[in-house]
Amino acid sequence: MKEIILRLLKKTAPEADLKQLDSQANLREELDIDSIDWLNLIVAIDEELGIDIPESDYDQLTTLDDMIHYLSRMKHE
Amino acid sequence: MGEFRMPSLGADMKAATLMDWHIKEGSPVRRGDIIADVETEKGDIDVEVYEDGTLEKILASPGEKLPVGTLMAYVRSEGDPPWEQFQLKLREKEIKAAPIPEQVESEKVSMPTPETSKIFEKPEVEPSLVQAVKPLERIKASPLARTIAVENHIDLHEVHGTRPNGAIGRADVEHFMAVKASKAKPEQPERYAQPQAFQTNMRRAIAAAMARSNREIPHYYLETHIDMSYALEWLEAENRKRSVKERLLVSVLFIKAVAKALTKVPELNGYWVDDQLRIQEAIHIGFAIALRKGGLITPAIHHADTKSLDELMENMLDLTQRVREGRLRSSDLTDATITLTSLGDRGVETVYGVIYPPQVALVGLGKIKEQVWVTQDMLGIRPVVHATLAADHRATDGHQGALFLEALSQYLHDVTQLLS
Repeated sequence: MKEIILRLLKKTAPEADLKQLDSQANLREELDIDSIDWLNLIVAIDEELGIDIPESDYDQLTTLDDMIHYLSRMKHE
Repeated sequence: MGEFRMPSLGADMKAATLMDWHIKEGSPVRRGDIIADVETEKGDIDVEVYEDGTLEKILASPGEKLPVGTLMAYVRSEGDPPWEQFQLKLREKEIKAAPIPEQVESEKVSMPTPETSKIFEKPEVEPSLVQAVKPLERIKASPLARTIAVENHIDLHEVHGTRPNGAIGRADVEHFMAVKASKAKPEQPERYAQPQAFQTNMRRAIAAAMARSNREIPHYYLETHIDMSYALEWLEAENRKRSVKERLLVSVLFIKAVAKALTKVPELNGYWVDDQLRIQEAIHIGFAIALRKGGLITPAIHHADTKSLDELMENMLDLTQRVREGRLRSSDLTDATITLTSLGDRGVETVYGVIYPPQVALVGLGKIKEQVWVTQDMLGIRPVVHATLAADHRATDGHQGALFLEALSQYLHDVTQLLS
């Protein structure tokens, strides 16, 4: 799961050094992801994993750890 | 249409380098076809033809740096004379007309005050662009590539060219620099290893346009705070009905609301040219998009007042992607009638903008933030956005500006008015 997310993040923010990314840090702030990038990322996740994340769940996806946790849980449901 | 000239792709462009022709002499062209690509300070742009016809004569070669307005080709449309005949007419016109100083020069001559001219006096800035026009050596390279090479002390003999005939483009030099940088400092994190040349050129272009704006345009600024709870409630309910791909962003509500408000106050939608306000009927909103590696491009969202929210969303996503991939077309860049800069994603509360000449206004939107709000003697907490207007005082007064912000506010209070 982490690998998939990192790959999709790399596509969203190609210049970022994801190896140095703090998995507890606010993703959007750390990687300078604006709302258009964010929507593209959410669409990419839907295409890759078939998980349609509702807008109301966005605040559960603040950090990389959050995202891994959320998506792993949704994948198993 | 006849004369096909180097287009002005924004107020900050003086010249561009022709990289390649996409269409051969004698071939038919249709309006919107990409006939050439040019390299500007803001990246490579696909140049479109704006009328049907035949590309009868090509007058510029790849690698040439051409000031805005230079005749690049003759496109013969229905009713136009053949090239030979047209050429004679053109010569006659040239003989009659007084010699026009090159644009790069005229910009320098027109500097009015000693302070501003000081900024531009530094001989290494402008002349490096001008010098680059002359072929320095036998290596085939674009002028911009040469400029970047000179600035960064790079020997072009070492650079591998990937352009037609092995010519070296800007990207080749930057690639060479990036490889060199990564070899030299393997420890350096990737995000700092980006080459600087592209940013330098873009910063220079932005500096020229914004210095002109601050020098020539007497700005006035107005600000209002808009309660976004109605708009956000509507958006949330709407997006719940939609799949991920069809979701709307609040930015499209802003774009549409700005466009609709301009239909009420058209004086803010236009250009200041020859000491006159030229109000534009079509509303093309220049939407400021930040490049991830730094810098800013403001392509136009055309006819924003008549498009549906879905169409605007599609436009915005498409433009953002093409800006980031460097695949912009000339029509994206030529004709914005006002600029909208939305910095809310970057956490900013209030934007005090600088107008992009020759436009006469710029709308700034900050972050939507929960704030204490009073309505009908009731104290509450509402999501609020700070909307600002920077406008040209030569063209309008605060009164029109205030009417515009009032209209903007009303449209965002009643989003149903934005659905048509």
